[in-house]
Amino acid sequence: MRVELTEVHWTDAPQELSLHEFMQRSGLSESELRQLVEAGVLAPLDPETPAWTFGSDCLPLARTAVRLHRDLDLDASGLAVVLTLIERIRELEARLRDLDARLPHEFASF
Amino acid sequence: MRYKDYYEILGVPRVASAEAIKQAYRKLARKYHPDVSKEKDATEKFKDVAEAYQTLKDPEKRAAYDQLGQPRAGEQFRPPPDWQARYSDAPFSFEDIDLADLLAGLQGGRFRAGKASAHVPMAGQDYEVSVPISLTDAYHGTQVNLALDLPEYDSHGVARRTPHKFTARIPKGASDGQRLRVPGKGGKGLNGGHDGDLYLNIRLQPHPLYRVTGHDVYLDLPLAPWEAALGASIELPTPDGPVRLKIQPGSSSGRQLRLPGRGLPKPQGGAGDMFAIVQIVTPAKLTEPQRELFKQLAAGSDFQPRAHYQQEVSHASRAH
Repeated sequence: MRVELTEVHWTDAPQELSLHEFMQRSGLSESELRQLVEAGVLAPLDPETPAWTFGSDCLPLARTAVRLHRDLDLDASGLAVVLTLIERIRELEARLRDLDARLPHEFASF
Repeated sequence: MRYKDYYEILGVPRVASAEAIKQAYRKLARKYHPDVSKEKDATEKFKDVAEAYQTLKDPEKRAAYDQLGQPRAGEQFRPPPDWQARYSDAPFSFEDIDLADLLAGLQGGRFRAGKASAHVPMAGQDYEVSVPISLTDAYHGTQVNLALDLPEYDSHGVARRTPHKFTARIPKGASDGQRLRVPGKGGKGLNGGHDGDLYLNIRLQPHPLYRVTGHDVYLDLPLAPWEAALGASIELPTPDGPVRLKIQPGSSSGRQLRLPGRGLPKPQGGAGDMFAIVQIVTPAKLTEPQRELFKQLAAGSDFQPRAHYQQEVSHASRAH
C-alpha cells in the first residue's frame, strides 16, 4: 500500500458557504436548516439578505444536529434544547479545564 | 463476511417485536450516542447499536438477516447460495463486504446498486477521527499515521470496505479541541462529485508536569522554605527546554511567575505564556541540627502569618 504524506489545513479561519454548500457539507436538508435557524441554533452570516450564507465554523454543530436527528429521532425544538445544552457543557468543561490548570496540584510526600 | 449478532447487541431475544427492538435501541442510543455520552468506548458501542437497529427495524432486512442462522459472532461466514441469484443480476463476490453495508443496500428484494446507479454527481462523505498528540508534538509539530476503512462502491454499487493509510503532517500550534481538515481524504465522490474531507479532532494528552489551558501552560514550582525566604536561582523545565529562573526573596505560595511566550505556539504565530505557581513545601522529617535552626528562627521572628484573623475577630466582637 502506498503511504503518502498529506498536508492538513487549519479550520480556524471560517469560509463563507452558500446555503447549498452548507447543506451538502453538513447533511442537513433545507427545511431542517431553516428550522434550526428559526430555533436560534444556527445563524446565517447575514440574516437580512435573502441568499443565506453560513460560516464553515458552524459545520460541527450542524453535523451534531444531523446525527442527533437521525439517531435519536429528535425534532427541531428537541434539537434546539439538546444543542444548547451541549454547547453549555462544552463551555463549562473548558472553564473547568482552565481552573484545573491554574490550581496547584497535590504533591507526593517529599 | 464477518457475522455480528444484532440481537445480542441490542439485548433482545430473536423473537422480539418491532416495538421491543425500537425501545431497546432508544435506550442504548441515549446511553452511548457519542454526542451526548461520557461512557468509555461510546463511539464504538453506538456504531454497533446503530448498525444492529438499521437491519432489525426493517422487516425485509431482518428477514434476510434471520436467514443467515446463528453463526458465532465474529466468525467468517458465507451467505446462503441463493443470495447470489436472489439479490443480484451479475455474479459478485461476498468477500470483503461488510454485513451492514450489504444489508443496507437490500431493498425491494434486491441488493440495490445504491448510490452508484444514479448518474448524478454525489459528493463523498466527510469523516472525523480523533487524533491524540503529546504536548511535545503540539510544540514542535508532528506526523501521525492514520488508517481508516472507507466504503468504496464497486460496479454493482455495493460498498466494499477499503483500507486507507496515510501520514498527515500536524503543524505546530495544534492544541486541544483544534480541528484540522485534510481535503479529499474522506469518502470518494461518485459520478464526478468531489471527494469528502477528513477532519482530525486534536486531543492533547495529559502531561504529568504541565497543565494546558488554551495556549497557556501551568507548572507547579515547589520551593523549600529557605528558597522562598532568601530567593534562589533555579532551573525550570519547559516543554521547549529548561530555563534559568530567579526567585525573588520573600515569595509566598500561590504566587505566579509568568514566562511570556513560553506557552504553546499559536497557529497564526506567537505563543501563549507559561506560568509557574510557587508552592512552599516543608521537609516531612528534620534532623536534630535542622530542628535547632528552625527553633532559633521561630524564637527570633516576629512574623505573624495569621495577623488578619485578629482583625476579623475584633471586627466581629465589636459588632456584637
